[in-house]
Amino acid sequence: MKNIKIFTAFILVLFGANVIAASSNVKLESANTDISDYDSLKRGAKHFMNYCSGCHSIELMRYNRIGQDLGMSEDEVVSDLLYAGSKSGEKMKSAISTSASTKWFGGTPPDLSLTSRSRGVDWIYSYLKGFYPDPKRTFGVNNHVLANASMPDVLWSLRQSKSAEAFDQDVRDITNFLDYVGEPAKLVRVDLGIKVMLFLAVLLVLSYLLKKEYWKDVKYGKWKAK
Amino acid sequence: MDNNKNWIDQRFPLTKVWNEHLAEYYTPRNFNFWYFFGSLAILVLVIQLITGIFLTMHFKPEAGLAFDSVEYIMRDVDWGWLIRYMHSTGASAFFVVVYLHMYRALIYGSYKAPRELIWIIGMVIYIALMAEAFMGYVLPWGQMSYWGAQVIISLFGSVPVIGPDLLVWILGDYAVGDAALNRFFSLHVIAMPLILVVLVFLHIVALHTVGSNNPDGIEIKKNKDKNGIPKDGIPFHPYYSVKDIVGVVVFLMIFSAVIFFAPALNGYFLEHANFVEANPLKTPEHIAPLWYLTPFYSVLRAIPPMFGSQFPGVLAMFAALLIFFALPWLDRSKVKSIRYRSLPYKIALGIFVVSFVWLGYLGMQPVTPMNAFLARVFTATYFGFFILMPWFTSIGQTKPVPERLTGV
Repeated sequence: MKNIKIFTAFILVLFGANVIAASSNVKLESANTDISDYDSLKRGAKHFMNYCSGCHSIELMRYNRIGQDLGMSEDEVVSDLLYAGSKSGEKMKSAISTSASTKWFGGTPPDLSLTSRSRGVDWIYSYLKGFYPDPKRTFGVNNHVLANASMPDVLWSLRQSKSAEAFDQDVRDITNFLDYVGEPAKLVRVDLGIKVMLFLAVLLVLSYLLKKEYWKDVKYGKWKAK
Repeated sequence: MDNNKNWIDQRFPLTKVWNEHLAEYYTPRNFNFWYFFGSLAILVLVIQLITGIFLTMHFKPEAGLAFDSVEYIMRDVDWGWLIRYMHSTGASAFFVVVYLHMYRALIYGSYKAPRELIWIIGMVIYIALMAEAFMGYVLPWGQMSYWGAQVIISLFGSVPVIGPDLLVWILGDYAVGDAALNRFFSLHVIAMPLILVVLVFLHIVALHTVGSNNPDGIEIKKNKDKNGIPKDGIPFHPYYSVKDIVGVVVFLMIFSAVIFFAPALNGYFLEHANFVEANPLKTPEHIAPLWYLTPFYSVLRAIPPMFGSQFPGVLAMFAALLIFFALPWLDRSKVKSIRYRSLPYKIALGIFVVSFVWLGYLGMQPVTPMNAFLARVFTATYFGFFILMPWFTSIGQTKPVPERLTGV
């Protein structure tokens, strides 16, 4: 038992210390997303297509993969997600051309396939909510989370159309969707993990009983060499 | 069955090997928690080899394709995400079990005579494992893969006189790029695994020649019965094989918890910055190797440049690694196990463990004046443990070692 305590302490020292290191200088709001909420993911996908996909690609994703994962029919995929002219098996490219984006924003807006993994959901949520008026900037807005971002506040019309809570939910839905896009396997891995853990728990009991049965010989000095 | 056995035994020593290494390999009966990690290291090696074979089927070792091919595995290959997470978690798990395995050797004096060769082969495995892990980390071609490789490889460029040429020879180019990725892939999937498997084989052969140490640090072969069997020994199979299964299941529970519930482990097993594709024009704010290499990275950074060269730091880093080889000869104590060691040794070992963990922590942090100071202090205590070992292992009062194993 003492050894296990030392071991646990060792692990805590090893990993606990690092959690502090991960903090950044900007205070981020908790996104509070729930990837198992499929309605939120579908709303997020729709909002993404309406407000983000004009400039941002999610090239590691295909339209019909979203349909399959979120239980949308082929028709729903076509009506809710697809750009006119694209096919449902295609990768999700942005509508904007490189020359246009360079002219308007001074660069290509980044692909967002893995932003939830590199920046985290709290960052995305806080960033999307972090715009404030700044007349010095080209688009009249600046951002608390990413200073001097060259992106305009694309969600402003959405924000003005509804209550603060409803807007927060919209941003949360988009964030949730990007979390899913960053790691589609996240939809299935937790459920599978619980099954695996239950299986291993049963195996642990059986293997412990097996060990105990064999080690009776050692305990009572009964084992004999051949 | 018996006939078949005879047929094989006449042509291959199957029964002989089975008996010598399992059924009649006599092992001390008092192994505790710390003795699970050897078999677990073999388990992780097998996991890495098998998942690695499947990853190799889908990975593209080409600078323009590597990053996307990893995401292709994560998304489009059936069960690819699971195989990839097993492999990435396996890399860290390998070091967790190997560090605990090495710590066991430290506390019970398993490196002392007659087991010096086991220790030396083990240290070569450890270094080979570091090389293997480093090259594997480059393959996904993320920002940390690229810049980590840039930092580590540039160390070779600091070697006096031949440095620049050495660098080009290693990279096959003037910078980390497609040529480096290709050769790291080759070394990672062929050369190093072969070397590791052979070394592990040698490690076990050497171990089975002298026999396992134990928490008391007593040679069980000194007390044999009339059949020549150690009185405190039990056959490895079935007793430790069934006991190790329990260890395997507990390990798999922790391993699975990471894979299914926190595969990136908050950036410690898969770094956040590595989800951004390598970009030679954009240096990340903060470059750090993965956690298992950071103690040595800290030593590297702790040594200031001398004569306009980083080379002293590089030397110190390799010295920190290579000094482990001398351990069996630096330790002058008559007793092996921490249970009977003198107080000075216990204190020194405690300071060493704290130094190692702190160096590892500091290696992940940006350099600040305070961090640099701490890294220097712990580098000094790290080396102090080895340099002063002949002294502190020969002073102080050791406890009497019993004749037979205790706590059974």
